[in-house]
Amino acid sequence: MYRYDEFDLGFVRERVAEFRDQVARRLSGEMTEDQFKPLRLMNGVYLQLHAYMLRVAIPYGVLSGRQMRKLAHIARKYDRDYGHFTTRQNLQFNWIKLADMPAILEELAEVEMHAIQTSGNCIRNVTADHFAGAAADETVDPRPYAEILRQWSSLHPEFSFLPRKFKLAVTGAAADRAAIQVHDIGLEAKRDAKGDIGFAVWVGGGQGRTPMIARKLRDFLPEADLLAYCEAILRVYNLEGRRDNKYKARIKILVHEKGTDEIADAIENEFASLKGKALDLPAAEIARIAAYFAPPALADLPARSAKLEAAKAADVALARFVDRNVSAHKRPGYGIVTVSLKPVGLPPGDATSAQMDAVAALAERFSADEIRVSHEQNLVLPHVRLDDLPELFAGLAAAGLATPNAGLVTDIIACPGLDYCSLANARSIPVAQRISERFADLGRQHDIGDLKIKISGCINACGHHHVGHIGILGVDRKGEEFYQITLGGSGDETCSIGEIVGPGFPADRIVDAVEQVVDAYLGLRRDPGETFLAAYRRVGLKPFQEALYADA
Amino acid sequence: MPTPETALWRAGAFAADDWRFPAAGEPVPADGKVALPKARFLAERAALAGRNGPIGVVLESGESLADIEDDVPRFGLIVLRFARYADGRNYSTARILRDRLGFRGELRASGDVLRDQVLFMLRAGFDALEIAHAGTVATLKEGRIVGVHRHYQPASNEIGESAAGLRGWQRTSRRLASN
Ligand code: SF4
Repeated sequence: MYRYDEFDLGFVRERVAEFRDQVARRLSGEMTEDQFKPLRLMNGVYLQLHAYMLRVAIPYGVLSGRQMRKLAHIARKYDRDYGHFTTRQNLQFNWIKLADMPAILEELAEVEMHAIQTSGNCIRNVTADHFAGAAADETVDPRPYAEILRQWSSLHPEFSFLPRKFKLAVTGAAADRAAIQVHDIGLEAKRDAKGDIGFAVWVGGGQGRTPMIARKLRDFLPEADLLAYCEAILRVYNLEGRRDNKYKARIKILVHEKGTDEIADAIENEFASLKGKALDLPAAEIARIAAYFAPPALADLPARSAKLEAAKAADVALARFVDRNVSAHKRPGYGIVTVSLKPVGLPPGDATSAQMDAVAALAERFSADEIRVSHEQNLVLPHVRLDDLPELFAGLAAAGLATPNAGLVTDIIACPGLDYCSLANARSIPVAQRISERFADLGRQHDIGDLKIKISGCINACGHHHVGHIGILGVDRKGEEFYQITLGGSGDETCSIGEIVGPGFPADRIVDAVEQVVDAYLGLRRDPGETFLAAYRRVGLKPFQEALYADA
Repeated sequence: MPTPETALWRAGAFAADDWRFPAAGEPVPADGKVALPKARFLAERAALAGRNGPIGVVLESGESLADIEDDVPRFGLIVLRFARYADGRNYSTARILRDRLGFRGELRASGDVLRDQVLFMLRAGFDALEIAHAGTVATLKEGRIVGVHRHYQPASNEIGESAAGLRGWQRTSRRLASN
């Protein structure tokens, strides 16, 4: 993984000193909360319903054991002994004192971490495929490019006061696990016939109150032009993006209002003046950064592990876990393990300090000291020997982390909702908890198969409900919490926005409604291999509407 | 434009303003440095062509370079006004002026110019700041701006920065001295 050099370390230390100075001015009253707000946001500090919240950047979701232990330590010392992993591969601490912030940032700097640009109207922490460098279907490892983009976008003098937040995601595999088509810029690294690397560039996707799928502006942008092209996109957006209405300020609205052709022309025009100059990526530099992401030393192993097969035959719980939570690795005899942070009845994405420490220890022992955070709010151990899976499974189970539900109906994404967020209309976490209790039976979950439920507490869509196979949106109906259901959304390479099924449901009916949708699917699928999404795409909304509103 | 309450900081030191900003209706002085709002400049462009003395232009927040791009080489001063510091359009305008249009005159930020943005402004190509905020004036005078001087991207103050280290896009800038 990437390691800071002296320059990187000096940069983060200077930023901590700068923020310490800003916090001191706020605490002394020299700055008002209004003046302080954009400054603290640029450093990941939010004012929530009950307290300040700190969002720590986990660039493209990659962590070492040492970094995870530091996060556990911070949770223990400064917070309530837990942290919350977010849909942007970051970590939030929900109960932090403003006066403690500088000290926490210094602790983070010790392990090459920071909170820069995890919020505010700037280029946010860059996200990437959480299986990067390990997935069997990968063409190009996206992490070196994500790192280069992270550097370029850090305290960018031109793009620190954009009309609105700006999110980049990078993938390099056939299956899009980074949801690039619902990002402001989505990049797919690929190779041409000659083997050269380039990028498909998607612009103007997003969720929120106006969900849009991005447009592809380039099919193969040469590698060397990556930064110049991104700078051109950002410049057009910074100058032209709407600033009169924050709900229309994202680049997706600009692309929509001006039209793809006009925006593409403006970007190409800017790009022409930036290309071939200081922003060109030299091949030697790319190679130097890519070297940090060289694969760990992995052994030559047979594809099948007799040890694992025997253990599975003896233990149905292990078999279930392997079936759902282990994905194909590019090296034979290895697997990618998803550590579910969605145990039945607990808030999605939360991990206690003890669990973070446990994952750190298991990663050091079984996964070449690497951990990933997925945008589905789970953790990933990317390089595990199949032979080691029984022992790893036991270690995870001891920490309460062996829930075998990756990608299943209880692997729910939910935003913080009304329990934490001042913008919320409705609670999301309790709804997720109740759904996971309803579907707690593992046999039933495995029978239902792949099904992504995503819940947002308001139209800002932080829970990504638009791209949930089943999406749930909290709305306010005359002061009462109501929930609207959308069906058929997907954030992968077949990206689609979910369709609203009909009138919403009160809090005491929403779980029944989800169950009716699932039962309707089980009744109409052609065979157990036809997933919910495939079935929905075949039959459309109607059968589900009939199931939900039969007696209306 | 500069009032008794604002201070002009230019290329590292506080200075007296040598530009004049005629009020609406007030005739343009025959000589000396004079800067005009964009609309007035456009209306009087032909007449100004024969004038003795440098001309500048003042762009209000939200005004673009449209219609005056060709005039850029003749300007001695361009003022970009920040109505609110969180409106970042001027950073792009500044970079286009410096890097694409080759503007070498004084590029001045005015309006909501605050200490926490000074380094961004200098990197984007501004070399003069017209500051109303007393705390910012004091901090600059005492050389107390705390900021980040290691940068991850080339910007528009390339002569003021050095390309430190291995990465082609890496820069460092100097701390602002007190004066
Ligand atoms: S979707 Fe709404 S309620 Fe949920 S975290 Fe985002 S802003 Fe808050």
